[in-house]
Amino acid sequence: MAETIEEMDLDQLLSFTETLYEDLNLSYVKEWKEKTGAQAIGYLPVYVPREIIHAAGMLPVGIMGGGDNLEIIRGDAFYQSYICHIPRSTIELGLSGRLDVLDGMLFPAICDVIRNLSGIWKILFEDRYVKYMDFPQNFKSEIGGKFYMYELMDLKAGLESLGGKEITAHCLRDSIRLYNQNREAVEVLYRLRSDSPHLVSSFELYLLMRAGNILEVSEHTRLLDRYMDLVIEEDRPKRDYIRVLITGVFCEQPPASLIRALEQSGCYIVDDDWMLGARYLLKNVSTSEDPFKALTLSYLYDGIPNASRYIDQEEKGAYLLDRVQKLKADGVIFAAPSFCDPALLEQPMLQAALDKVEVPHTAFKYSENTGQFQVIKEQTGTFADSIKLWGDQ
Amino acid sequence: MKDTENQETIQKEESMVLQKSMIADHFDDLSEVKNSGKKVVYTFVPGNLNELIWSFDMLPVHPEINALQSGMRKKSGDYVLEAEKYGHSEDVCTYVKCDIGMLKKGNIGPTGKPIPPPDLLLLSYTGCFTFMKWFELLKLEYDCPVVMLHIPYQADGKITDPMVEYSVRQLREEVIPAMEKVSGKKYDEEKLKKFLASSSRAEANLVKVWNSAKNRPSPIDAYFGGVYYVGPIFTAFRGLEQCERYYEKLSEEVAQRISIGEGPTTPDGVMKEERYRLVVEGPPNWTSFREFWKMFYDEGAVVVSSSYSKVGGLYDQGFRHDPNRPLESLSEYCLGCYTNLNLPSRIDYLEQSMNNFNADGFLINSIKSCNSFSAGQLPILRELEKRTGKPGGFIESDLVDPRYFSPSNIKNRLESYFQMIEARK
Repeated sequence: MAETIEEMDLDQLLSFTETLYEDLNLSYVKEWKEKTGAQAIGYLPVYVPREIIHAAGMLPVGIMGGGDNLEIIRGDAFYQSYICHIPRSTIELGLSGRLDVLDGMLFPAICDVIRNLSGIWKILFEDRYVKYMDFPQNFKSEIGGKFYMYELMDLKAGLESLGGKEITAHCLRDSIRLYNQNREAVEVLYRLRSDSPHLVSSFELYLLMRAGNILEVSEHTRLLDRYMDLVIEEDRPKRDYIRVLITGVFCEQPPASLIRALEQSGCYIVDDDWMLGARYLLKNVSTSEDPFKALTLSYLYDGIPNASRYIDQEEKGAYLLDRVQKLKADGVIFAAPSFCDPALLEQPMLQAALDKVEVPHTAFKYSENTGQFQVIKEQTGTFADSIKLWGDQ
Repeated sequence: MKDTENQETIQKEESMVLQKSMIADHFDDLSEVKNSGKKVVYTFVPGNLNELIWSFDMLPVHPEINALQSGMRKKSGDYVLEAEKYGHSEDVCTYVKCDIGMLKKGNIGPTGKPIPPPDLLLLSYTGCFTFMKWFELLKLEYDCPVVMLHIPYQADGKITDPMVEYSVRQLREEVIPAMEKVSGKKYDEEKLKKFLASSSRAEANLVKVWNSAKNRPSPIDAYFGGVYYVGPIFTAFRGLEQCERYYEKLSEEVAQRISIGEGPTTPDGVMKEERYRLVVEGPPNWTSFREFWKMFYDEGAVVVSSSYSKVGGLYDQGFRHDPNRPLESLSEYCLGCYTNLNLPSRIDYLEQSMNNFNADGFLINSIKSCNSFSAGQLPILRELEKRTGKPGGFIESDLVDPRYFSPSNIKNRLESYFQMIEARK
């Protein structure tokens, strides 16, 4: 067994990411805490400024629900059948003690379900730090920016009180640097996949991105770098697949095996919005000014257009179309968790934007514990075939 | 019995007649905007800025009200299907789909008259994520400006200074300039203050009506009757003189009922016997509203307090629009709407209602397509049972999608629930 990431071969590295993905007990986080004596803070999708958690000396841990390997016993007693799956599996993780390793939890403003889950968490886990992160939908620095600064200061105060360590501008700037490096590595990985989708499988990319939810940021950056060093040496066959973007997957996640099934159906996924939090800021955060202000300005001006963010000036769907064109995608797959308000309400608007310029698209729904992929696979396979047969007409 | 036949049996009180005429006049005004030149503002009920809209002489339209009216008039089913034909998912809010469907079918309002397109979409994002997407969708349909008022969530159960400051600055620097531009009129704070003062007086009378349910028998039904009582103040009329008049009249009628020991007015006349006093959480079903209500009053069940009738303002908790702090007060109003409260605050509020109104039980009508209300209602139910020792009931339906109203199922559940209350008495 390799001692360090740099010593891992590709199989070892992928096996490591798979272990992290499947480990609902967060063993890595436990070990990290034992090693460092520091605390860990969980957060739900989509975006939180992880830099601040890191600057507090804590480990930010992304919680994306329980996936398809978690049996829901208590969680179902909290939610009706017409609520999406992620809150019930998150409750299950919490009540089964799997999240005891987390000293606090952040619930970002994304939808009413996650918003209300923050209240349930306050009731269930009274002794833990719980914060609902409100994100302004006004993007002027003197209005929304000022409010966001208050939110960041509140987070800062909460973490300082919890950890007993001041978050200095110096520490935060260092953390921003590390997250900028990580953002760049992610960007390079995504570019590599888009340029050579036969080399970088989306299943592998997905596991690598999931690892970023758990690993300390520098370690994750090293993992991405090592993967890229290894994978470009691989001899993997080019297939006659279509190039697709997948969108709508930013919160509740599909099972990783569903991603593999999509690829097997004849689709090279050249862009996606899973783990959107890691790609939420389209540019690096400035390190030359007050770091809280820098994070605020990044949120206001460099946030990726997505369903949880109000689109004010820009045309709806413009970002998606731009990605389709830049990445030379043949079509778009709309994948949305059942009962997901943000994804499903967004979908008709994005579809209309694609229809205007005749970009083909297809749509399906899933839940994190979807077990049967055959129908979806047939659907996306037919989509791929139709583009291959009639795409240029 | 059909609703239309049923309607003939309602005892029309003066306040009902007044409200009906206010609504009819408003829709008449809306259908005449081409001639009158008045500008039209679409906005939402929770966190509405009625007084501000009226201060610019513009006419408000509330898409949720159109949707629920369409539901009551049995038109929403077709509208929902129409929207689904355009790719809207069966999983999402049926108010949105009803509105989109109505638009696609010509935007004929519930009174049969066309609703004019908006001159301004005032996106008051208060307590419901869907609002944001709803107006993004409408933005694609109409050639008009959109202005957003983002109201922060009361995540820690309190309104903070930064929240108020953020809201006020949006009002001052975004909303008011947009209204000035659309209406061609300058912001007139004195005029706004007069409307706010009027609102405050109407609100005081509404609270008297809510508190009347402490009597036995309760002279009002605070859920089914309550949705009529909040009609003027939640929709286009708060701030106007006729709204004040309505609540004076309503308050007098309720006082009269108390003096003679009379129960609430129902579609089948005055409710005779009060057997169960309930607190209800969640919006009602609109497509079978009368049938739904009948399941309660037939069994002698009266709702003494409901959370749904607070989505447009928690006046019973002491809030009043304050003409001396116009924009701060409007902001605090928006921040304080029921669906903008966090779950622990909602539980506290419902517990307080159970105690204040001596309720025998607590019932949730969980709405399939309303996550703002529904996500978290099961733990609310358990927590309330634990705190009050009173039985909780749970039924499920939808706002305006008739496919999700199952009368026999709901009736069975309600009957079992009433038996459970009886057994615990």
